Amino acid sequence: MDAATQSLISDAVNSQPQSTVTVLSSLLAVEDAIGYIPKEAVEAVALQMDATINDVWAVATFYPNFRFVPPTEHRIEVCWGPSCHVMGADRIIAAAQDSLSLSDEGDTPDGKATLRYNTCLGACAHAPVMAIDHHLAGRITPESAREKIADVLRSAASH
Amino acid sequence: MEVVAATKRALEERQVVANVSEVGTLGLCFAEPLMDVQTPGGPRIFYRNVTPELADSIVERHVAGGNPLSEHAIGYLGHRSLAPDGIPHLDDHPMRSMEQRIALRNAGNIDPSDLYQYIANGGYAALNKALTQMSPDETRQEVLTSGLRGRGGAAFPAGVKWGFLAGNPDPNKYILCNCEEGDPGAFNDRGILESDPATVVEGITIAGYACNANRGYIFIRHGHNQPIDRTRAVIEQAYELGLLGENILGSGFSFDVEVALTGDSYVSGEETALMEAIEGKRSMPRYRPPFPAQVGVFGKPSNINNVKTLAYVPEIVARGGEWFASIGTPADRDNGINGSSGTAILCLSGDITYTGLMEVPLGMTLRNVLFDMAGGVPNGKRMKLLQTGGPLGGVLSASDANLDLVLDFDVFRAAGAILGSGGIIVCDEDTCAVDLTRNLIAFCQYESCGKCFPCRMGMSHLLEVLERISNLEGTEEDLALMRNIGENMQAGSLCGHGQLGFNPVSSALRYFGDEFEAHILDKRHTGDCPEQVFSPKLTRR
Repeated sequence: MDAATQSLISDAVNSQPQSTVTVLSSLLAVEDAIGYIPKEAVEAVALQMDATINDVWAVATFYPNFRFVPPTEHRIEVCWGPSCHVMGADRIIAAAQDSLSLSDEGDTPDGKATLRYNTCLGACAHAPVMAIDHHLAGRITPESAREKIADVLRSAASH
Repeated sequence: MEVVAATKRALEERQVVANVSEVGTLGLCFAEPLMDVQTPGGPRIFYRNVTPELADSIVERHVAGGNPLSEHAIGYLGHRSLAPDGIPHLDDHPMRSMEQRIALRNAGNIDPSDLYQYIANGGYAALNKALTQMSPDETRQEVLTSGLRGRGGAAFPAGVKWGFLAGNPDPNKYILCNCEEGDPGAFNDRGILESDPATVVEGITIAGYACNANRGYIFIRHGHNQPIDRTRAVIEQAYELGLLGENILGSGFSFDVEVALTGDSYVSGEETALMEAIEGKRSMPRYRPPFPAQVGVFGKPSNINNVKTLAYVPEIVARGGEWFASIGTPADRDNGINGSSGTAILCLSGDITYTGLMEVPLGMTLRNVLFDMAGGVPNGKRMKLLQTGGPLGGVLSASDANLDLVLDFDVFRAAGAILGSGGIIVCDEDTCAVDLTRNLIAFCQYESCGKCFPCRMGMSHLLEVLERISNLEGTEEDLALMRNIGENMQAGSLCGHGQLGFNPVSSALRYFGDEFEAHILDKRHTGDCPEQVFSPKLTRR
């Protein structure tokens, strides 16, 4: 692990704005800062919170927020909650998988994008919903999902 | 976001001086993005489904040119004498026509991050009244009189619950506000914190005063950035103005509030699991007793309220409990009728003409809401099924009898559904009841925290059976097998997730038993079922 990442981790853990600091809040701060939880972060959180490594892993593996390998360039989430399901979420998921050449959720082999299923993105009135890099888009069709994913992959290719 | 940027750019290019505010939802989600323009002395004119290009024309023709674009307007707000040509009053829109806004009174009308706008609209009059004219007991009595029932799902009287905490002499007590809104189909908690977080901050402060508590947490899911940022913004301003912290308004009462974040976990909406999450642990429910009013978060006495419950509190204190109790369905205690006072904040999604958020008096019928206000099912289709109160709430058929159900917590319970958090997902005739049930159980399986094995394994087993039935491979024994699993989940689970987890199946069997039979006996689909059944599975490690 490079020193820059290490220092991002310790900044995230040590300078949380709220007054109640916990194992969970520390892990969320690290995830926000570097996009994943490396084992060095687990150790840093354990040290800061006076918890065992096991305690920290227990929390990190419970919540699906956390990933344990570095993030890809773009995060594509498709909601499959009941409102979105009724409005055709499975066709959106199929279109997203197809656009990314994936057969399930996960990272593309080239590291450009991650596909995640989400149980509820909280915008049910706009169903079906997807989120690209945390920006919500509603009333998605399979075609518009393909276009949005193609757009984001193009922007990844340009830098 | 693109619309806001386009609007600012358009104003700059034309050198027009205007105030651009981002507000929370007005509730008319079907028409979003919504933009409204008010010129000096004129009404507020609302434009629907605004694109960056349309925003540019609105600035050019309306803001700079003074000519509203009636063809894109959905309505205006303001005195009717200001009526612009060809644009109806927004309150005449069916979706708003029968609304009564209490908790949502400011939604869409004030800048949610600006506490001064909240105060200018009557905010903090209630806290001031409580602190200067009422004792904590009197404040709690007002909430008891109002009949306010908890809006998180259980519908327990809030004033009674506050009493459990108020009676505890511990000097350190907590009020928790639950916005862990994982209920698919319900987005009203988020809507309130996005549109008017200050009413919740004032509400939790009043609750703290009424219960002699000294600390509050507002608990929001990580990643829901707008509610998090806006709530934090008003809390910070409340501290600056002496409306939080030491000796509030010189009354001697001190109260601290902070926002706590949880990871993605549906079960952390359960009160004891929420406490585990605030403490930074896995959000798994605790054994009871001890109950939260004795041993809660960080081992201290605690009381949990839903966002909506607290959002009502300022108006109840300001206008009196009697006023709130006069709205809704009346209590008749001699005949065992509890009554449901106040309003319901409903979230409509699915196959319905007008999707969005609305606040209506309890006691209206589902038919009023779904047809008279929300415009029924689009494309000439038949309304078939309603999914209410979150995934554990079960399904109702859209039969005449069910459409005549009045919005009342107990009436819904008797019909086998939950009004609960207020989410209503509407399904038209193309929806297959078996496939929807499978989706609901897939959700419950994914979100089981795993602590109690009847829930952890029962959900997985139910999902397996429902997938089999959906794929036309079910057998006659599967129905009895599901009931057996359901009974075990109900008997052997610590929290509502397992106890109520069979509701989707039992209610679907009650209303749509024939569709299960069609799948099992006739090997026939009963709606627009997906070719390939999709149920993501997660086993929490």
